[in-house]
Amino acid sequence: MSAVASTKVTDDGYEDTVYHPVTNDSGPEITIKDFNLWYGAAQALYGISMDMTKGMVTSLIGPSGCGKSTLLRSLNRMNDLIDNLSVSGEIRLSGEPLFGPQVDVIALRKRMGMVFQKPNPFPMSIAENVTYPLKVDGITNKSMLADACEAALKGAALWGEVKDRLKDSALGLSGGQQQRLCIARAIAGNPDVLLMDEPCSALDPIATLRIEELIDELKSSYTIVIVTHNMQQAARVSDNTAFMYLGRLIEYGATKEIFTKPRTKRTEEYVTGRFG
Amino acid sequence: MTDTTTSPAGKFGVGRIQRHKASDLASIGEPMIWAMGGSLVFGLLMITGFLALIFYQGFTAFWPKPIDVVTLTNGQVFAGEPLRSESYRLPKDKIAALPDALRIEIEDNGNMVERTLYRIGNYDFYGDDFKWVTAYEVAKVEEPKDLVLIERQEWGVFIGRIVSVTLNGVTTPNPDVKTLSAGQAEARALRKARIAIERDEVGEVNRRINGLRLKTRGAELSYGEGSDRAKAVAAEVANELAALNQDFTRLSAKATQARAREAALTVTLAEIGGETKEMPLANIVRYFDPNSLSLTQKISVYLSRWWEFLSTEPREANTEGGVWPAIFGTLVMTVVMSLLVAPFGVMAALYLREYARQGRIVSLVRICVNNLAGVPSIVYGVFGLGFFAYVLGGNIDALFFPERLPNPTFGTGGLLWASLTLALLTVPVVIVATEEALAAVPRSMREGSLACGASKWQTIRWIVLPRAMPGIMTGLILAMARGAGEVAPLMIVGVVKLAPALPVDGIFPYMHLERSFMHLGFHIYDVGFQSRNSEAGRSMVFVTALVLLALVLIMNTVSINVRNRLKRRFAGDKF
Repeated sequence: MSAVASTKVTDDGYEDTVYHPVTNDSGPEITIKDFNLWYGAAQALYGISMDMTKGMVTSLIGPSGCGKSTLLRSLNRMNDLIDNLSVSGEIRLSGEPLFGPQVDVIALRKRMGMVFQKPNPFPMSIAENVTYPLKVDGITNKSMLADACEAALKGAALWGEVKDRLKDSALGLSGGQQQRLCIARAIAGNPDVLLMDEPCSALDPIATLRIEELIDELKSSYTIVIVTHNMQQAARVSDNTAFMYLGRLIEYGATKEIFTKPRTKRTEEYVTGRFG
Repeated sequence: MTDTTTSPAGKFGVGRIQRHKASDLASIGEPMIWAMGGSLVFGLLMITGFLALIFYQGFTAFWPKPIDVVTLTNGQVFAGEPLRSESYRLPKDKIAALPDALRIEIEDNGNMVERTLYRIGNYDFYGDDFKWVTAYEVAKVEEPKDLVLIERQEWGVFIGRIVSVTLNGVTTPNPDVKTLSAGQAEARALRKARIAIERDEVGEVNRRINGLRLKTRGAELSYGEGSDRAKAVAAEVANELAALNQDFTRLSAKATQARAREAALTVTLAEIGGETKEMPLANIVRYFDPNSLSLTQKISVYLSRWWEFLSTEPREANTEGGVWPAIFGTLVMTVVMSLLVAPFGVMAALYLREYARQGRIVSLVRICVNNLAGVPSIVYGVFGLGFFAYVLGGNIDALFFPERLPNPTFGTGGLLWASLTLALLTVPVVIVATEEALAAVPRSMREGSLACGASKWQTIRWIVLPRAMPGIMTGLILAMARGAGEVAPLMIVGVVKLAPALPVDGIFPYMHLERSFMHLGFHIYDVGFQSRNSEAGRSMVFVTALVLLALVLIMNTVSINVRNRLKRRFAGDKF
């Protein structure tokens, strides 16, 4: 989409989204077009349209209840677990639609790794945790699993800390290590996209810093979408930032600009801490 | 209570509530704390009292007691173990008949007199095992050292003296311990060998004869009565039968011979009044002289009684001997029940919680399941007999064992039907516990698994079930404990007073699920309330209850250990 700044007001009294994202040559990985979502009768997302560029980090910010997590969880259809959910509009992952009767949700999820708000390692050993996506695919070859485990743990910058205790329970790790383990698990299945739902909200500042460094390393290989509450974090790690408010996408643009010279009043108020 | 007054118009305007400053009794909750603590103490006292009674009565039942020789004022003499004393109110007419001095004394005492219960044994002499003796009738109580107590295979205990022993025609009067015990050991060995012949060898021949009979009948059923093939089978069977009948005759002769050898070893006993009786030595299970036992001897008698109790079959209408078949039956039934209830309950709960669309119908099903747990167990028994035994079992018989009809094989109460009935009885417990355990699995775990591209089934199989396992085990433990202690439904679906054979033995197919079996819970009821003499079964009731409690405790301990091992996997430790 073009980076046109406009403040046109739509019929229902809301302003149109202002777009000014940066892109690269790879084109969009995820395309969202006029996406609406309802929990029962309550609408949670209103006409979201945006592209997330391949190999870039997009962060979603906004006050609590603005729909940023809902949007993220729509990307790998994690919202399917909720009863009475309905959607309209479309989301495409490298051109293929996500919603529709023909879509194989499992195959879709295998192309996206997800990291959650709270570390959620399975009650298994560290190695079993990391190779879980491969187990799901029915891979039992021991050396293949060991290689994948090592690669994923190295990718998540955890290998050095756990290489001598791969057989130990993952629940014995610290919070920050557990979250990096979950990142290792998310990338072990070799996905195209990494979805992160406030991955640092349960961590201390040092662990947060390590995760942020890790995101920086990972963005060369994955398209990353990250939801965060922490605006400094969004400013540090992402290329583009989307500001959402009350289920609407208010502004979507280059992170630098969003935080230095936002183009809408609401964004400005939010990033300067006047509300939210 | 909050006291609301309106403060004068101040900073916040009128109508502001003035809060009560001091706390009153009700708000502190002190009385409730006392009530709660009191309830706990009351419950604990009841349980402790109950356990103390069972433990005391159970553990002292086998301890050898001394024998008193009591001489009554009317000159009558008897010997017996004093069991317990109590005071009771003497009826007016009896008091009136007493001599004056005694009458006044008793009347001063409010007509109350002491009486003691003696176990006098010698049922074959007196026609009674027990005797109440009122204190004022007693002239003299002695404890002579030479009295013996003999536990017999038949007729219960004997209390008296040993006059002589006759071993193969040689009579020794006043035998010493060595002669007697050697004779008894020999006689017991002979008896054991004879029973082995009668039960195992003759039993095997009988089984084969019966098998041949069934073969003939089966041939008649499948080829038609009077057909050539049936006749051929009948002829073949007749040959084999002749051989078997020969075997049978030979074994019978062997048994008769063994009986004769056994009968040549006898002992002559005299009860305290001097009346004598000769009986086979093989009839003596155990004998000792209670009044001259040292502590070690007493302990050895005590332990040997316990061993007999735990390892042998009952005798004397279950009031003596052991409870091994009942222990075994209880154990096997509980295990079979658990094997049936675990997969059924867990799968039903999985569907209900994970797959069924949560709505009115599922809520209704859940309510029904919960209510099933409240149905009286006897109703399950009736259902088990009507549906499992008669309908299912009847059809199995008609299909697979037509040659045995009209004798039922599966068409009557048995281990399988009893286990199924109890499985049905306990399945609500497992379903409810499993559902709760599944619901307690954090959503983040499921999401984590689904986000890795796992299907719902893979998530359940690898993440949800292992995580819910401790909770499921808790449900199974509760179900097991309930099943092991249940008696009422079993009485109609397969438990018997005395089972001819254990449900597991060396004959193919080794596990005989169609057989009726014995059960500790039913044994308690039978011994306590259905035997010839409830007094005789009294101690057995407590000992059997003790064994049942111990069995349930052992099974629970094992499963709780398994559960805790599972739990430790999720506690963040190494595993």
